[in-house]
Parts: sequence; structure tokens; C-alpha cells
Amino acid sequence: MSEAAATKGKLAIYWAASCGGCEISLLGIDTKILDVAEAFDVVFCPCIADGKVRDVEKMQDGEIDVCLFNGGIRTSEQEYMARLMRKKSKVLIAFGSCASEGCIPGLGNLHNRETIFEDSYQETASTDNPQRVRPQSVTEVDEGKLHLPVFYDTLKTLDQTVPVDYYLPGCPPESPRIWEAIEAIVAGKLPPPGAVIGEHTTVCDTCPRTRDEKKIKAFKRTWEVLPDEETCLLEQGLVCCGPATRAGCGALCPAVNSPCIGCYGPNQGVEDYGARLMSALASVIDSEDPEEIDQIIEQGIPDPVGTFYRFSLAASHLRRSKREVAAGNGPSAAAADVR
Amino acid sequence: MSEQKFEPKIVGFLCNWCSYRAADLAGSARIQHAPNVRIIRVMCSGRVDPSFVLKALAMGADGVMIAGCHPGECHYLEQNYKAMRRFGMLQHTLRGLGVEEKRVQLVWASAAEGQRLAEAIDQLVADVRELGPLHWAGNWEENGERLQALEDIVHEHQEAMEVTA
Repeated sequence: MSEAAATKGKLAIYWAASCGGCEISLLGIDTKILDVAEAFDVVFCPCIADGKVRDVEKMQDGEIDVCLFNGGIRTSEQEYMARLMRKKSKVLIAFGSCASEGCIPGLGNLHNRETIFEDSYQETASTDNPQRVRPQSVTEVDEGKLHLPVFYDTLKTLDQTVPVDYYLPGCPPESPRIWEAIEAIVAGKLPPPGAVIGEHTTVCDTCPRTRDEKKIKAFKRTWEVLPDEETCLLEQGLVCCGPATRAGCGALCPAVNSPCIGCYGPNQGVEDYGARLMSALASVIDSEDPEEIDQIIEQGIPDPVGTFYRFSLAASHLRRSKREVAAGNGPSAAAADVR
Repeated sequence: MSEQKFEPKIVGFLCNWCSYRAADLAGSARIQHAPNVRIIRVMCSGRVDPSFVLKALAMGADGVMIAGCHPGECHYLEQNYKAMRRFGMLQHTLRGLGVEEKRVQLVWASAAEGQRLAEAIDQLVADVRELGPLHWAGNWEENGERLQALEDIVHEHQEAMEVTA
């Protein structure tokens, strides 16, 4: 074995409740992927290479140097894999918005297992299911028991499930940022554990538009106006998430006349993304009359949770909406286990 | 739930210049009001970030009161208008998350209005008492299958390992 091979690190890339965009973005580092291959053996990445969970189970604890974990935790299988990857990895990185803050799958937290199943297996127009068949976690057949993962009522972020060392924000993380993170890992120049590997400022700071005084009488939806290309979009009444969102994307959306939707997650020091955005948007409303204020808000922002928590509902203080339907088997011992 | 009588836990964010002094006045004037509010003094109602309210609810509060100077009388000129707008945003969002409107109330009380503040506290406590406990963390509980399923996976994988080993 050559010296280089002996010092090669081991890299794992795993996915849970996510779309696969994070892997695409990782491959977006282009030919630099060869540099990654030089520094690391990719020991486990079901998305792009064959690999078996059993092989990971056979590894020593901490044998994997770095695990990039994308996706939220929606099922028991994903929770098991999160625990397994945590155990086998020295450094576990919540890679991308889903693992860090729940992202779009986290908006499922406005519903619960019952209502999601009802929608998916009953209500959709193309579904014909007169016997109301639903996925069962255990099915008895002649050969024995068959298992399907248990679907949770609430999607959890990775750090609500296992301890996480670093976070890489973005839906998905931009390829240049991924490369910077990999360089930092290889050079051993990582920030203190628990940190977000990213910028410490907002999208507004990197947005080239001119900002003046923000005073608006109405919020507008994107289809209602053709915005002027020079002025701050928020000043033009569009709900732009720039003031609350971490920089790192290069303000791609405002550059093409489209408001920021907040995919890079909360800026440094922000505990609750939606709260920060509510504060920012509230301060631009030009009214001192409670009734008019309510009218501006209700007409301009028809979907407040989807607007303020599009990417971060699962990581917000409240994590989900009030659950109207009781959980499958009632409250359990698992409650004490929830961080 | 136990059979004990429900005593609402309310967190109150009171501004230093008006409402906190109204609370002081209510105390020194021996005005009776419900003892359920845990008061946190802030310099201005405009200091109350919506995240304070959300955190209080997530951590077990059944209701939250935000109290400040009357509109037009803010010690910092117009920050209570900011509080008013944020409150509108917050209520709009809380409705979307299924939190009853009466659990979070915005109150104006000047330093001379100990009576008014005491009445507002009594009203909020009565409203929350009627709504019942919020117990927000209970919304995060998974159904009882979760732990069993995790155990099953571990067990299944161990069995599989034994077969191949």
C-alpha cells in the first residue's frame, strides 16, 4: 500500500428525507471531484455508488472520517441510519437544508401521518383504493414478518436525532461552498464544533440592488408586478427573505429579478428563522392603524407559515403545527427521548 | 392529565417605561390580580422579538402577554408601533400553526394604569383557563410504534449479520 493510500480519509455521503439535489450539487464541483477522490475513499454513498448498510455496520466505530448527511428524519429507518452514521463517523455534517432545518419535507409538519397517508393513498385524483390499503409497519406472511419503516407524525432535523458536528446550509448547498468546506476539512481548518460552515452575514449584504427607505402599503405576490431591476425588491412590496437569510448563494435570485425565498437558512445568531423574517417584514409596513396593518398582512401574505418557514419549520421553536389528530398509539415513552 | 386544577402559566413581556411601572403601581396600590404571569422586563415592547413569544410557548407557557406604552406615547418615539406590526405578523402565523389567538395578547398600559394592567392580566388568565393547557411539546411526541420499530431494525440487522458471518 502506498503512503498516500494509507493516509487517505474515508468519506460517506448518506441521504434521508431529501430530494437528491444535495448529491447533484456535490457532483457540481465538477472535475474537483477527482481531488476529493484523491483525498478520500468514498466508502458509502448509495446515491452514486453501490454500497450496503451491512458493510457500514461491520465498520469500527469512528472509522469513517467525515459523513455528509443530507435529509431530515421522517421514518424509523432514517433514524436508525442517522444513529448508525453518527456511531461510525468521526465528523458528522448536516449537509444542506433538510438535515439542518427540515426544509421542504419539514413543511409536512403542518400535517401528520394520518392526513399525509389520507392524501397520498386516498385523495389524490389518480388513486383508486376502495379497500383503503395503507402501508403497515409489520406484515405477517408465511415466510415470517415483513417490515416497512414506521412513518413519523413529525419530521425531525438531524440534530434533533443525533449530535451533529457541523452544518452546511443551502437547498442545495452551492457547489463552490461545498468545495470550500471540503478544502477546510482536508486542511484541518474547520471552525469550532457546532458551527455552520458558511458566511456570517445576510443575502441583503451580497445583493447589488439599491436600498433606500422601506415603507410599503401592500405586499405583492411575484405574479402581480414586474419589478424594477435596480431597486430593493422588498421596497417594491415583494416578500423578499434576504434580511433573514444567510449569505452564500451570491444573491442569485434577486439578480434575476426574483425575491429571495430563504433557501440558505437563518443567518448567524438567528434562533428562529420565521421570527426574524416576521420582524423584518413587519418593520417595512407603513401604517400605524391596527386594522390596516392586519389587512396588509392578511391580503399580502396568504400563507404565513409557508412563507416564513418554507425551509425551517422543523427547526423552528414550535417545530410543527398543533396536532389535531392524536398520534397512532397515543403518547409513548418515546416522548422522553425527544430532545 | 392529572385531576389537579389547571393553573395557566403566562409569560409577560412588560416595557420598562409604562407597563412594568403599571405592574409596580398595581402592587403598591394592592390591586388584586391573578398570580399566573411571570413578568420579564424589557426596555420596550419593540424589543420583543416574535421568537421570544414562540420560545415561551415551545417551552411550556400556556399564554404570553406583551405590554407597552400606548401608541403615540413610546419612550423611544415609535417602537411600540413596531411591536403592533410584529404582533399582527405573529398572530397571522400562529393562526396558521393552530395556536388560538387569545393565548397571545398585546396590551397597552401606561405607568398610571395599574388597574388596567391588572384587569388585562385577569382577562388573559381567564381566556387561557378556558382554552386549557397548551402543552406544546406534546405535539412532538411520536406514536408508540417508533421505539419498537427501531428495536426491530437493530434486531433484524443483527440476525442478517449472523446469517452472513
